[in-house]
Parts: sequence; structure tokens; C-alpha cells
Amino acid sequence: MTSLVENNAIAPNEPTPKGSKPRRSGSSYPFWFFLIPGIIFAVLFFAPTFASFYFSLTRWTLFTTTFIGFDNFALFFREPNLFQGLINTGIYATVTSGLKVVLGMGLAVLLTSQIVARGWLRSVVFFPVLVSTIGVGITFSVLMHPIDGLINQTLAFFGIQGPFWLTDPAWALLSVALVDVWKGVGLATVIYIAGIASIPQDYFEAARVDGAGPWSVFRSIIVPLARPATVTVIILSLIGGLRSFDLIWSMTRGGPGFVSDVIASVIYKQYQAGFYGLSTAGNVILFLLVTAIILPLSWFLNRKVAD
Amino acid sequence: MRKRVRKYWLGVVSVLASIVIFVIPFLFIVTTALKSKREAALLDFTWPTELHLWENLVAVIQARDFILLTAFVNSTVLTVTSVAGMVVLGAMVAWVAERRRGRWTKLIDFIVLFGLIVPPAVVPTIWVMQGLGIFKTLHGLVLIEIAFGLSFSILLFRAFIATVPKELDEAAVLDGAGPLRLFFQVVFPLLRPVIITVIVVQSVVVFNDFTNPLYFLPGDENATVQLTLFNFQDQFDTQWNLLFMNILLITIPPLVMFLFFNRQIVAGMAGAVKG
Amino acid sequence: MHARKTRRALIAGGAFAATIALALAGCTPAAPSGPVEISWLVISNDNEVGTSQALADAFTAANPDITINIETRPAGGDGDNIIKTRLATGEMTDVFTYNSGSLFQALAPEKNLVPLTEAETGNVVETFLPGVSVGDTVYGVPMGTAMGGGVLYNIPIYEELGLSVPKTWDDFISNSEAIKAAGKTAIIQTYKDTWTSQLFVLGDFANVLASEPSWADKYTANEVKYATDDAARAGFEHLQEAFDKGLLNADFGSATLDDGLRMVATGEGAQYPMLTFAIGNIAGTYPDNVNDVGFFALPGESAGENPLTTWLSDGVYIAATTEGAKLEAAKKFLAYIASVESCEVQTSASVATGPYFVKGCTLPDDVPQGVKDLLPYFATATSAYPALEFLSPIKGPALEQITVAVGSGITSAADGAAQYDVDVEKQAQQLGLPGW
Repeated sequence: MTSLVENNAIAPNEPTPKGSKPRRSGSSYPFWFFLIPGIIFAVLFFAPTFASFYFSLTRWTLFTTTFIGFDNFALFFREPNLFQGLINTGIYATVTSGLKVVLGMGLAVLLTSQIVARGWLRSVVFFPVLVSTIGVGITFSVLMHPIDGLINQTLAFFGIQGPFWLTDPAWALLSVALVDVWKGVGLATVIYIAGIASIPQDYFEAARVDGAGPWSVFRSIIVPLARPATVTVIILSLIGGLRSFDLIWSMTRGGPGFVSDVIASVIYKQYQAGFYGLSTAGNVILFLLVTAIILPLSWFLNRKVAD
Repeated sequence: MRKRVRKYWLGVVSVLASIVIFVIPFLFIVTTALKSKREAALLDFTWPTELHLWENLVAVIQARDFILLTAFVNSTVLTVTSVAGMVVLGAMVAWVAERRRGRWTKLIDFIVLFGLIVPPAVVPTIWVMQGLGIFKTLHGLVLIEIAFGLSFSILLFRAFIATVPKELDEAAVLDGAGPLRLFFQVVFPLLRPVIITVIVVQSVVVFNDFTNPLYFLPGDENATVQLTLFNFQDQFDTQWNLLFMNILLITIPPLVMFLFFNRQIVAGMAGAVKG
Repeated sequence: MHARKTRRALIAGGAFAATIALALAGCTPAAPSGPVEISWLVISNDNEVGTSQALADAFTAANPDITINIETRPAGGDGDNIIKTRLATGEMTDVFTYNSGSLFQALAPEKNLVPLTEAETGNVVETFLPGVSVGDTVYGVPMGTAMGGGVLYNIPIYEELGLSVPKTWDDFISNSEAIKAAGKTAIIQTYKDTWTSQLFVLGDFANVLASEPSWADKYTANEVKYATDDAARAGFEHLQEAFDKGLLNADFGSATLDDGLRMVATGEGAQYPMLTFAIGNIAGTYPDNVNDVGFFALPGESAGENPLTTWLSDGVYIAATTEGAKLEAAKKFLAYIASVESCEVQTSASVATGPYFVKGCTLPDDVPQGVKDLLPYFATATSAYPALEFLSPIKGPALEQITVAVGSGITSAADGAAQYDVDVEKQAQQLGLPGW
């Protein structure tokens, strides 16, 4: 992420030599800061994960290993509902990420303004993030029950026939996506709030002096200066959406049938069935897929900065 | 005057909307937690016909020799230590990565993304931990949570370190500050809103985590709070009322913590404004 | 990487040497040693823990030197993974409870479990043994009761409409249509709990075996398939028929197991294809209605024996990592579990919902009606057959989703059967079976 903000608009934007100081001994930004976290990360995460990539080339029962080359990958691509799963993954990720970015920003602006009951609103919005996924899944399964559920009963009160949220093939995936947003928008909002909070007040005062209305304050101050927050929320929610399966699993199990399966639930089912090699191959594929989407996006979002 | 009225109405509407959208589902959890087993099994959104608050509360706390209390202790220790580790180490990495840009930067970007995207591999990780002798230990699990949580922390920190003016660094260095003092005494305090955000978010993640304790710290004396939910769940016979009472009990501490930190975030914002 | 492997090998080698030394040291005294503690891993729900604790306490009362510490694990898929992970990493408790049949086979028993002898298994009913053996070596003893997979039905509705227990599939359908005409739900399905959708297919297996006794072996050898074998495909077709004829409850897609049990116990619905363990749930939640629920086997095409598909109970196994005095104690404990006293302890700890697999065990007279209907099926050799998962190691993971799709009218029976055949290929290859 690049330096974006003109710091305090006081000093000119003089290019500072990267970390090289007059003194000869070491810099103020020493590499050894990387040492401890680097070791922890490498030993406990990097190494085992690469080891597991090896297992994707084998038939692995956890007890025996037989090397079979790329057969697992071929088998994964022959998975009957893979195509549907890929499409569902794309839809789910886009919908949840898009909604979280937009709603999160909107809520953050609302919650950083001089509004009444701000404390209550902030707690209430963040609260769903704290509840365990199982609880959320069950709660909304009940609320979304086609006949007895509160949502459809409320709609019926207004004379609308609510859909069979979780059991109608056309609605199942979308219903879970909406619950996902309900649960996750609080997190996006908190990140945005932190982003907006770090915009120096001078900008707002200058805008007020200039007589700018709330919309143009939003467009020309908040959006550009909260950019780091926006990028973070986009990246995090997109990764989360592409990999998501907890909520889908708890609400529909990928069903009815296979209609709301995403790649992650396909992989999970293989893991549950004991096809450890196959599910690891699936994880490798998922990793490549997500990286192929996220990495270019990340560089694009971060490069698109005039500095 | 109109502005104030508008803000007031906006507030009222927001509160009403927040109740409908966010509070009603929570009410479901509460009402189910107060029901008898039979009524709870109906899983519908009604007020309980008889209140079983005390019984359910006692049943949940007493279950399996007060495992819930042990779990709270374990979860708290785990959360506090691993989040502290993640915050300090993550900030350090993000700081150097951001200030000292170079060939390393792209690599670190990639490693961070790698950490976010790839799910950990359980069995090889257990082998590594066994080899190091930290399997089935709390400190082992803390290191695991740190390892898994670093990517997210680094990502968040990097986004905001850019807003810390370099002039401050130079001033401190001219004063004779070494890297550690520069970081902890000068920069760290300025990152307050982000630090608090990372603490809040990661605490929730670690506190609510159940797969890592399940695999890396098995044993009833090591239970963490999410694992206690399994006491009431069964593929064939779930005790919904106790399950929801349990969910309620384990949601309350994070909620309280968040309410507390909420004030800190507000205070942090005021701090950032002055800086 | 190399350094770490070498270090791990060194550590492992050192640990191994230490264990040998300890084992040798522990082996020398021949007299029964002092107090021993063994650990037992069971499913974490109340019922299971309660029964297990009762057994442990009764055993310790008779053998004061041995104490048993119970550890818990989740049920379902997470539990399967925990068991396999702990076995694979050598971290299993001394003794653990787990399914029998194909799930047991997936644990690589020869590598991970201790083989048992007559001393432990002498009292076990023969029909149980294949579910916990590899070849002739037995690895587990039974805990809990046998189950039947058939139809729970509401007796008052049947009496009210003058219906009798159906002996053929056509009878079952005409009963159902009569019930529907009378304004009640004929067949209950509960697809929110996806596993319950499999009953029409899995519970029909006894009929398949009755018409073709070697079907299971042929299936394992890839000589017969669901899509092309009429008798086997019938299960899928029945599922589709129930949907097509509108015999299901309106909320079949979102109803849960609890809903289904409530409906059949209170008379909201008439018939619920289900396993008999659920009678225990009904006894716990709707004790006043439990004797309104009866049971019959899923009828086949032709009138005849109408055999029941049965499920073996769970087994208790000893992990291969258990040694020395603990191993002796564990074996003693397993022998105890497979004894008449243990049946009595289990019956008093929880409602018995079927016969035990231990010779000489009896059930009390006051078992629920459904259980009384179940028992006669175990009387002869041709009135009950084990489900496919106990006769063949192959069971595809996606069956429950396929059956939900067929039962919801999304997929046809023929397509569903074909999909399942493709699904099991992976499992067969994973197990390295010849012919696939």
C-alpha cells in the first residue's frame, strides 16, 4: 500500500530516501523486525501448508499415502457439480463483497456523524460479528422458514407471498449471501470508521468553510481519503466470500441437493468423506483461483494512486 | 436548526431500523434460551410459555463438571496472549514493510495474501508441533493463532501506517531514538484507532475459533468456549434450549468487551484528530 | 526441511527408545500392578456421556484398581475427522467409541487398532462381528442397541382410518393416499436434516438383498450398479413417487428431525421413514405419546417376507498406541462392555430402543410400542438384513444430497441413481478396491 496522504499538509512532499539514514549502522526500519513473526509464520503455517501441497499429489487416507500424480486434480475437475459450484462461488463472493463495501461505507459515514444514539447503533451493528456462525445459521433458518418464519409472516401481513428462501433453488444461495452480509457488515463498518477517523479534521473544516454540502464532502474528502480502508474491505470481503462456506454449510448444506454448493463446500464434503488427498488438491485449486483474482486486483487498487 | 432536526430524525429512524434488522434475530436466541427442551425443539419465534431461565442457566454452567467456566478461562488466556502477539508483531512487520519499500515489498504482499487465502493444513501442522514439542499445549496454540492471524493484522496495519507522517520519524531519529524506541514510543501510540480495531476484530476471531482448539489442543481440561456448544448438539438429538443458552452466555463477554472498547475507539478518534 | 525431518526423526527415535525402556521396566513385575487409569473418547452429547459414565462407574465398582477418564468429541463429520486425525498422529485415547461398518473400515484397523480375542468377544452375537472385523480378526465390541430402518407410524391415525400395516409397496401407497384424502400428511420428510432423506433408499436394502443375496459382493466388485439394477433403483423411484404424488408434508424442505418426530408422535403426520433410535428421542421429548408410535419395515415390491434393514450399533475399540498395564485394563473393560451386566447398566441409563448384540441380554417389558414392533424382525435369519454399509465398504458421501434433490423433485430417480454411482467411484478408488 503506498503512501497516499499528504501528511498534515504542512511539509512539502519532498521525496525522502527510502530508509537510508546518514549514519552507517543499520536503519530505523530494521529487517530484524521481521525475524520473530517470520519464524512463527514460516514454521507453523508456511511449512505445513507446502507439505500438504505434496499430499495433493497422492491418495491419502491419513494412514497411507499412494503417489498418483495429478489424478486428484483431474478427478476434481470431473466433479459433477463443479461448474455450478464455480458460478455460485463467483456470485456469492461478488454479492457479499459488494454489499459489505457499499453498506459498510454508508453505515460508517452515518455512525461517524453527529447522530443521536451513536453508541447504541455502533454496538448493535457490530454485534452480529460476535455471534457464533452456528447461532446465526440456525436463527436465520428459523426466520426464513417458508411458512412459519417471521420474514414470510411479515410479508404475508402486507399481502406478499414470500419465497421459499432456503429451499427454492432460485433463492437458496442469495438468502445465505444476505445473512452473510448481515453478519459481516459490522466488521466492514468498523474498519471504515477507523479509516474515516484517521482523516485529519482540518479537511472537514476547510470543506465546511468552503460551504460544501454533505454529499460533496463525502465524494471529495471521505471517499479518497478512506481509500486504504476501502481497499482493505474489498480485499478481505472478497477473499472471505470466495472461500466462504461456514454459513452456507450451516444453513443449506449446499442444498437443496447441490444448488447452493460453492467450491469451498465441495472441498469440505470431500474432506468429510475422507478423501484427504482430493480435498487438498481442491484447496490448491481454490488457492490458485483466489490468488488469480485477488493479486491483480490488489496491485491494481494499490497502484492506482498518484504520488 | 433544520440540520439538528434532521439529525435527530435520522437517528430515530436508524435506531428503529437497527432494532428490526439487528435486534430481532438476537431476540430469537434469547427466547429460545429461556424455553423448555420440548418447546425449544419447535424452533419457532414465540415467547416461552414458561420461563426456564434459571434452570437452563444452571444446566449449561454445570454441564460436564463446569466445563463452561474452564472454557472461559482458557479462551480468555488464549485470546489475550495471541491477540497481543498478533498486534505487536503484525504492526512491526507492517511498519518496516511500509517504510522500507523495495524488492521485499511485493514478496511480503504475496505472503500476506497467501496467509489469508490458504486454509491451514491440520495434520502436517500437528506433525510440526509434535516435532517441536508444543502440541497439546496452550502456548503451542497461542503460537498457532498468532501464525494464522498475522496476515490479517499486517493487512490492516499497512493500510493505516501510511497516514503516520515521516517527519515524526526523522524528528525522533535526530533525537537519538533507535528503531525500537522509534516504533514503540512514537509510532505505536499514533496507530491507536487501528490497533483497537485489530484488537477487537482479532479477539472476536480467536474467541470464537473452534477448529484450532479442536485439533491442536484436545482434551476436556483444555476446552475453549465454542467447543462447549458441542455438548448440546448432536446429529440426532440437539437440546436447542441449552444450546442457545450456551450461545447467549458465550456471546456476552465479547459484547461487553466491545462496548468497552467502543468508548476507546471514540477516544482514539479524538486522539487522531489532535495528532 | 531436511534438518527438521532429521530432528523429528531423532525426537521420535528418542521417544521410541524411552518407551521401550519404560515398557521393559513396567513389564518386570508379574503380579497385578497398582491403580491404572485409562482414557475413553465418546460423543459429547448428554445421553452418550451419561451412559458411558454409568458404564465406567459400574466397571470401576467391580474393578477398583482401574479408573476410566471420559473425554468427549463432537458427533458427525467433525467427529470423524477428529478420530482419524488423532489416530494418524498417535494422539488417540486408550479406548474410543465409533461407528461400525464402512466407517470402521476407513480407520485402517490393522494399523491403528488392537486386535481382540475370545476373552473380549466371546459373548458377542455373531451378526455383529463382520461390522468390526477385517477378515477374521475382530477389533471391537458392541455398545448400544441395534437399529432398524423403516417407517415410524402414528397408530391412532391408522386405527381411525381402518388401515393395516402394509406388506407391499403398493399397499403403502394406497394407505398413504387414503391418509391424504382424509386431510392429514401421509408421508413426513425432513430435508433440513439432510441425512434423513436417505431412508427410502437405504432402508430398502433388505428387499434388494432378499431378491439377490450376493448383491453386496457384486457391488463391491463393481459388477452391479444402482442405475441399471431394477431392485436397487427402486429405492430412488419410491422417493420420487412420494414427491410426485404429493404425499409429503408442505414444509418438507425445511422441516427438521425434531419436527418429523413431533408430527408422527402427535398425529400431525402419519408415516415417517426413520431409524428406530429416534424412538428414544420421542420417549424423552413426548413421553405421553411414545406408545402411539409404531414401526414397520419398508415394504418391497412383492408380498413375501418383508424383511427389515438393520443397522449395527457402535463399537468400542482399543487404539494401537495403548500398551502395558493400560492395555490389559482396556481389554478387561471391553470384555465388560460385552457382558450382560453392561446391557443392564445401559438400559437403566437410557431408553433401550432395540436388542443388544450381546448374548443373554434382554429388554424390559415396558419398552415403547415401536420397539416392541421392532423386536420380532430379529427373530429369524431371513427377517432382517444388515444395511449395505455393513456388507460393503463403499458408501458415497453425496448420497444425502442426491436423495434430497430426488425427494424435492429437482432430479429424477434415474438421474439420481446414476449420480450416486459416479459418486461412489471416488470412494472405491480411495479404498483401493480392485475392479474400479
